[in-house]
Amino acid sequence: MKSYKAQRRLSLVFRYLLLTLLAVVWLVPIVWIVLASFSYNDTGFVSTFWPEQFTIQNYIGIFTSSQFPFLYWLRNTFVVAVISMVLSTFVTISVAYALSRLRFRFRKPFLQIALVLGMFPGFMSMIALYYILKSFNMLNLGGLILVYVGGAGLGFYIAKGFFDTIPRSMDEAAIIDGATRWQVFIHIGLPMSRPMIVYTALMAFIGPWIDFIFSGIILSSSGNPKTYTIAYGLYNMLHSTKGSSTTYFTQFIAGCVVIAIPITILFVVMQKFYVNGITAGADKG
Amino acid sequence: MFKRKDKKPPKATYREVWAKGGLASKLSFFLMGVSSLKNRQWVRGIAYLAVEIGFIVWLAFTGVSALSLLTTLGAIKKKQVVFDKAEGVYITKLPDNSVTILLFGVLAVLLIVAMVFLYVTNLRATKSLYIANRDGEHVESNMEQLKSLFDTRLHTTLMTIPIIGILAFTVLPTLYMISMAFTNYDAKHSIGFSWTGFQAFGNVLTGDLAGTFFPVLGWTLVWAVCATATTFFFGVLLAMLIESKGIKFKGVWRTIFVIVYAVPQFVSLLMMAQFLDLQGPLNNILLNWGWIAHPINFIGASASPLVARITVIVVNMWIGIPVSMLISTAIIQNLPQDQIEAAKIDGANALQVFRSITFPQILFVMAPSLIQQFIGNINNFNVIFLLTGGQPMNNNYVGAGDTDLLVTWLYNLVFGQTQRYNASAVLGILIFILSAVFSLFAYRRTNAFKEG
Repeated sequence: MKSYKAQRRLSLVFRYLLLTLLAVVWLVPIVWIVLASFSYNDTGFVSTFWPEQFTIQNYIGIFTSSQFPFLYWLRNTFVVAVISMVLSTFVTISVAYALSRLRFRFRKPFLQIALVLGMFPGFMSMIALYYILKSFNMLNLGGLILVYVGGAGLGFYIAKGFFDTIPRSMDEAAIIDGATRWQVFIHIGLPMSRPMIVYTALMAFIGPWIDFIFSGIILSSSGNPKTYTIAYGLYNMLHSTKGSSTTYFTQFIAGCVVIAIPITILFVVMQKFYVNGITAGADKG
Repeated sequence: MFKRKDKKPPKATYREVWAKGGLASKLSFFLMGVSSLKNRQWVRGIAYLAVEIGFIVWLAFTGVSALSLLTTLGAIKKKQVVFDKAEGVYITKLPDNSVTILLFGVLAVLLIVAMVFLYVTNLRATKSLYIANRDGEHVESNMEQLKSLFDTRLHTTLMTIPIIGILAFTVLPTLYMISMAFTNYDAKHSIGFSWTGFQAFGNVLTGDLAGTFFPVLGWTLVWAVCATATTFFFGVLLAMLIESKGIKFKGVWRTIFVIVYAVPQFVSLLMMAQFLDLQGPLNNILLNWGWIAHPINFIGASASPLVARITVIVVNMWIGIPVSMLISTAIIQNLPQDQIEAAKIDGANALQVFRSITFPQILFVMAPSLIQQFIGNINNFNVIFLLTGGQPMNNNYVGAGDTDLLVTWLYNLVFGQTQRYNASAVLGILIFILSAVFSLFAYRRTNAFKEG
């Protein structure tokens, strides 16, 4: 009995050690990013793990830089994120609710078409979107919002999966009592799906903060850094300063840390929804 | 979905509506909405009529010309100097801008299809009005119809705006790019290009790009298999480690790993590229510890292809294992314990339990989402683009490096030096076919699971 207990303890110690080792391996690069943002460096790259010289100048620099208007980027991204959050959530929830709770002739074909459209690589449509927006003089933040909202109609899978789990008996009871479907939607569907709405909204809000591709294609032609969003602004900053003998590279890292912290926290908080979304996504229903 | 098994004969055929219907019904075949107007459904009638008038005006002023230009994509392909007899001077004619012509042509086709769709709904409405009048049933009033938009026709209200968005920002661009695959739009024909049928497909599959396409396709598949398999397998192991008996603060452990995934990828991957640089911290640490004598070139321009490929797969594990761990955790917590208990009583050790019970069960539950992840990895733009940018470059390839996937190559063909727009469209279609084949497989499996 004693040896069994000792064996158990040894196994536990071993597992804790392994887990700690893995956690260290996983976190080292992240810790390094934070450390690098505090390092004084004017060589254009950071080659040591532990900074030779600590400074908070990078954070002051990124907020006051005239060449890289970080505050404008923050403002632009915030405006885009808020507007696209409101509109995208409206669009996504409408589509998901209609597809999940209502039955109509076009429902099945719509699901199939959405499935097929989802299989085309998103990049394929980028050039086309560029020309479409260009021909309507929309290569600006407004166009970017339209692109985000326009794509929201196809991001209904997670929300639909959620609506599918709410029992329909309540809807039916309300309709027997004389409620219209709109009333059911407003007074039953929406209140019961509050967590889903929050999740959809936050996801739509995060989108513009991490998208550097679409924003780059749409905003780069203006050539005016004040119109960039944060992800493209930082990405562009890295490409124009990497390897040059300035402190811009470490400022770039500071900028990254500033926006990565809130996004990381949001993501960690919402991991449960995310998992549900992935596991539900396999079920096309 | 709920197709009636016993198909009833329709209450009236369109032929009957046409033959026996009144003047309004007959007119509705040409002027949309007339029969609605006759039945005092003002809003619907006026909406139909306005749409039709708008459509005809558009067709007359720009639609016809957009469609006719679509057949040739513009007559003038190259910049040319011609003698203008009327003026008696030489004038320079710029090539027609085929990009815009193609765009508006596709838009015109899309609008016509939408119009046909509306026309059919108009006919359907006409027929149901005819039936209601013939059988003396209740005819919806204007107000009732408006109210039904919030009741029996709520789906119309909810779906209209999203569908317009999808048409404009997904369907139109996709159709546009598909048609681009059948032109010769490239660096040589950057303004005026023309239809060339399947020539661009030929270039990619057997022509000058074949030498790049097949190796890149091969690496894409190898990458997708490796990336999916490694993240899945180690994700399951990590989940089991955290879930195993005796480990405390499971949530905290999970969060530590999830943090890596939660950091925006353009931050974590761009910085990872710096971390792995020839002069980066990792090489420095390893040199200081004396583990290596020379810095290893993981992902730089002069890295060896094999090292770079292994590096991207390893870095992808860093990003991907946490997600996979989260999903497997959810599954493991719901696994039936009785089989495992029984096996343990029979004397199976932990490894045997894992190999013969837990792992197969997880694999069984996760198979459909694994195939989705596989497709996601085929299209995994971020990891390659941000980490290596396709490097090391391969001189035998056209506009691609050794770590480039089909999607990043597609991106390079458009935004890089080569400017093979038509080839990029062809690639998009081929990637679509690839994804579609695997999805089809996935959904067949899913259905098999559901039935079995």
